Amino acid sequence: MTGFAILMAFLFAGHVIREWTGVPLPANVIGMILFTAALGLRLVKLETVEKAADFLLRHMMLFFAPVVVGVVAFFPLIGREAAAFFGGLVISAVAVLLVTGWTTRALAKDSAAASGAYPAKAAEEAKSAPDDSRSGAAV
Amino acid sequence: MLSGWVSNPVFGMALTVIAYVASLRVQRRYPWLHPLFVTSGGLILMLVALRIPYEAYAAGGKVLEFFLGPATVALGVPLYRQFRRMRRNLAAILAGVTAGSATGLVTAGLSASLFGASQELVRSMMPKSVTTPIALELARELGGVPELAAVLTVLTGLFGSMFGPALLRRCGVRSDLPLGIAIGTAAHGIGTARLLRESEPQGAASSLAMALAGIVTSVLAVLV
Repeated sequence: MTGFAILMAFLFAGHVIREWTGVPLPANVIGMILFTAALGLRLVKLETVEKAADFLLRHMMLFFAPVVVGVVAFFPLIGREAAAFFGGLVISAVAVLLVTGWTTRALAKDSAAASGAYPAKAAEEAKSAPDDSRSGAAV
Repeated sequence: MLSGWVSNPVFGMALTVIAYVASLRVQRRYPWLHPLFVTSGGLILMLVALRIPYEAYAAGGKVLEFFLGPATVALGVPLYRQFRRMRRNLAAILAGVTAGSATGLVTAGLSASLFGASQELVRSMMPKSVTTPIALELARELGGVPELAAVLTVLTGLFGSMFGPALLRRCGVRSDLPLGIAIGTAAHGIGTARLLRESEPQGAASSLAMALAGIVTSVLAVLV
């Protein structure tokens, strides 16, 4: 529960900063940037927040479901321009995926590091491996 | 038909959680079915079939939606765990996200016009790859309709989350970093949510790309 309280505190800080400075980013993204920095600077210990964070992330799709259901309110509007709506959506999504993927792949320093098989980081991987399997197994 | 109990927030919440748990069970048997698609598709069919007004469902839905806030902050955990590994490729990541965000603005506008969309739809479509709250703001600035932009953003996220990883692998993008960066840039939080269930390095790259794409697209939209 301490972990959840810390996450909420950073979310709140994101709201306050957005109000005060007018940064054009949503409060939760500001909170995420601050929270990552706090972890990096050891202001927050990973062990304190790990449990709450892993739970929320594992079930993030549940929290997105009501947002997707909200699309029903726009069915009439979508129906009026269905071809442009879905055509534009699919074409541009595919273009963004491929352009981003190819550009990043072409410029990434070595594919071994990018694919996660970088030997010098073996210790770190061993550390994160249990998390990977946990999030995978908990389906 | 509409009695008091459907407008109680517990109704929408319970319905969503039950549909979600069911969708995870369905996915265990048919791994190619996306849980978010099954959950929200099932809920929409149910609302339509039983003639439950959306507002009644939304009372409970909004409660669950709230948890997107702390969940997005929680993305800092995989980001922190994987940051050292990504740091050496920061230039490649920035270049990829910038190229992708520019592509998103241009292709969305162009392809929608090509299909004969109204100006309103074209301008709402442009920022659709970034996370919803940013897309809302950008659509307003670009002269689109914020609500329409929100719907487009959500559906783009769902599309990218369902088909993105397979498409990228087929097109030669197989390693964790470029795959995660591409999904995060194109399909924001919804794409990230899927990757996190499958691989932490991919999910972390996607979280980073999602945040960067929000910043880069905001800057690009101002320039447009």
